[in-house]
Amino acid sequence: METKWRLAAIVIALVMILAPALPAQDEGEMADSMPAEIQMEPPPAPELVLGEDVPNDGGHKLKLTWGYPAEWSDSVARFLIFRGDAPDGEFKSLGEAARGVTTYLDIGSKIKDNSDYMANDHDFYYKVIAVANNGTESEPAIGGPFQTSGQWFHWGKVPVLVGVVLFGFFTVLFINAARKGKELFVRPLAGIEAVDEAIGRATEMGKPILYVLGIGTAADIATIASFTILGRVAKKVAEYQTDLIVPCYEPIVMSVAQDVVKSAYMEAGRPDQYSDDQVFFVTNAQFAYVAGVNGIMVRDLPATNFYLGYFAAESLILAETGNSIGAIQIAGTDQITQIPFFVVACDYTLIGEELYAASAYLGRDPLLLGSLKAEDWGKGILMVLMAVGVLATAFGWNAIRELVRVIL
Amino acid sequence: MNIFDKMVALDRRWVFLFLFVVVALAYFLRNHFTVDIVTTREVRSIYNFVENLEPGDKLLISFDYDPSSLAELHPMSRAIITQCYKRKVKVIGVTLSQYGAGMVEEIFREIGDVAEQEYGREIVYGEDYCFIGYRPYPAFVILGMGENFRVFFPRDYYDTPLDDLPIMKGVKNYDDVKAVLAITSGTTADFWVIYGNARYNMPLALGVTGVMATDYYPYLGNALFGLIGGWKGAAEYEKLVGRPDKATAGMPAQVAAHLTIVLFIVIGNIGYLLSRKTKKKLG
Amino acid sequence: MIVFLVSLFMVVQYYVPLDSWAWMYQYLIDWTIIIGVFALLLGIWSLWRVNFNKIKQRAENWEYAVITLAGLLIMMIVGFVPGWGNLNNYVYEHFFYYILVPIQATMFSLLAFFISSAAFRAFRARSLLATLLLFAGLVIMIRFVPMGQVSSYISDLSGWILRVPNLAAKRAIIIGIGLGAIATAFKIMFGIERAYLGRD
Repeated sequence: METKWRLAAIVIALVMILAPALPAQDEGEMADSMPAEIQMEPPPAPELVLGEDVPNDGGHKLKLTWGYPAEWSDSVARFLIFRGDAPDGEFKSLGEAARGVTTYLDIGSKIKDNSDYMANDHDFYYKVIAVANNGTESEPAIGGPFQTSGQWFHWGKVPVLVGVVLFGFFTVLFINAARKGKELFVRPLAGIEAVDEAIGRATEMGKPILYVLGIGTAADIATIASFTILGRVAKKVAEYQTDLIVPCYEPIVMSVAQDVVKSAYMEAGRPDQYSDDQVFFVTNAQFAYVAGVNGIMVRDLPATNFYLGYFAAESLILAETGNSIGAIQIAGTDQITQIPFFVVACDYTLIGEELYAASAYLGRDPLLLGSLKAEDWGKGILMVLMAVGVLATAFGWNAIRELVRVIL
Repeated sequence: MNIFDKMVALDRRWVFLFLFVVVALAYFLRNHFTVDIVTTREVRSIYNFVENLEPGDKLLISFDYDPSSLAELHPMSRAIITQCYKRKVKVIGVTLSQYGAGMVEEIFREIGDVAEQEYGREIVYGEDYCFIGYRPYPAFVILGMGENFRVFFPRDYYDTPLDDLPIMKGVKNYDDVKAVLAITSGTTADFWVIYGNARYNMPLALGVTGVMATDYYPYLGNALFGLIGGWKGAAEYEKLVGRPDKATAGMPAQVAAHLTIVLFIVIGNIGYLLSRKTKKKLG
Repeated sequence: MIVFLVSLFMVVQYYVPLDSWAWMYQYLIDWTIIIGVFALLLGIWSLWRVNFNKIKQRAENWEYAVITLAGLLIMMIVGFVPGWGNLNNYVYEHFFYYILVPIQATMFSLLAFFISSAAFRAFRARSLLATLLLFAGLVIMIRFVPMGQVSSYISDLSGWILRVPNLAAKRAIIIGIGLGAIATAFKIMFGIERAYLGRD
């Protein structure tokens, strides 16, 4: 009996000693042979969680990056991101980063009452947890403290600043030249030269003049340029004692237009002829406005129509109706899509910047002419820069491209 | 006045009358002839993008148009929402046009009924879609939404706090939606490109009127991943979704109108050239 | 001076991303909205006065002034009555969907007729450039017409016209407009351009 137990003990001992020497499957084979859902080994924690303040902003934004072993990238479904005020305190969930992504942009709120408020110059700690395909989570990797801060200057907009300063320099240069009496050539604009003729025509026919400022606001450059021309037209109209009708789309534009026309009448020495009813508000609904103006055209039959300002789809409706009543029409807008309609239906069209230049043409003021020349020089410089840009792109001169790149 | 002079000086009212008759005939006889709608790459890219989304993914759709652009933009809005409901993609609606609210409500209601009848799905507000409302000054709203939707829209159009809507859970800004689709008839399209995509780099597609579409082709491939232009673009999208609707029904009329205009241009030019020749002969 | 200081602030603010500056910018924009709303009252007063005087004096076509004022009053009343001023209200909904929407859509569709008459008048082969314009216009218009294999050539050609010469011209105009806008902004900022104040 004793011998049997001894033999049994020896056999068991041999098995225990020799078992580790049996050929073992490697991890991959074991993984393949085991269904994925019963793999219990959690993924490793992310490495080296780093936070960097996002530049060129008012703060409240932080870019998080972390490292992760490449061999685990297929096994990790996503990363969970948390933020807290202390490494051992409470963390708030921010969101997730997808598989293979090892960066996260934390955009906090700048509103103090908001639950997601992220103060500047405050220590924040971030926790990143990897989640495997089977849902098991890694140990958290904590990084910090990191701080966000606002910057005083947006370095990404330097090319814009350089452009504006350069343009301003040219403007001052040419204004000074014009002031000193230098003759600045500007090519003739048929539309502007026809203004006097158009007003004279209306006077001879005894019909009113219709001036449409468009559907822009008083802040639109095209509307502001139109005010200048309105002033000149109104002064001429006052001198000739012709009727002027100015239907307005926007109430603020109406107020400004009333002032402009009133001043023009006073300058012409005919303040008694001005009436607020000449410059009136119609509506600020686009097609209701054009219906109202068309009605004025068809009933009052103006001899001359001016369409100068910001126009949208109603431009052709206005211009065609004006054409049908036989009025002479002068149009000008900076809206690219509407220019073809005006060219087709009107007698004279000011295209784009010609509308802005009209004030310089009408008054021949040296200050205004100087700024016009500066625009031309600006265009010349841009043409050179475009040529350089084309060459830089073709030959891969990235340094030049980076120099003029604007980051908003 | 000879026949050629008459052709040149044709009264515009004849042009209007002829166009009206042709378009009306083409519309009433639309069931008797069909137009082969060839889909373009820029429309297909939007359709494929939505088709590749997973159920539960979220899209922000901005309806920035008014009743005047209804004919062109409403069909494309309907087609896109139909596809979203079919794919169980959730829709967050917003409008930057003062008249947009009426459009949005009508579309969601109408397509919701279609989804119930055709796909057997009950569309629930707050879960399948929501409408966060209207704010003026589109540029600022687009910038603000890039930080957090709740900056300008703390509550939805029906005065429910955004945080109470299940669909808005986990949605803070553009990073939390798969893309932005802006259906617009005005300068808002420029604002989406300049302030939305250039600043926040979110995937952006536009649906615009036909006359505006040409302005946005340069952005395809960089700022925009797709573009639906006008009525034809809407008809293309309806074809892709498999639900021909008003845009498809209008294609025969559009083709007829184009051909009529071409015909009058040819008549006018023939009259002009022959009239000039006759005058030269007469000295 | 006010214009100069405020515009200088707006220019500098573009380059300063700090929260406090963004807040001031937003504050100014909010005031723009508020002023715009109050200005609407001025507009309504102007509309009322002009049309009321027409009715009072029985001026020519005074009947249209009655319709204008009636429309204004009805929508204002419907909009101001508590609970009525939204699309859940029967009256408001009907005014919006059955009056406003069809009228605006109708006005927009007038464009189709006006485009046809404008095209008929303008697309004449008067010169070489006019002929090129005519040809380009015809190609763009017939690209939607199904004509079998020819359609694909026309589609490609129209695409090229839109993407190359059309785009080049547009970009040139946009650049000019951009520079013109900067120049006008400078002129307003430095007081060279004062027309918007009502005097030179």
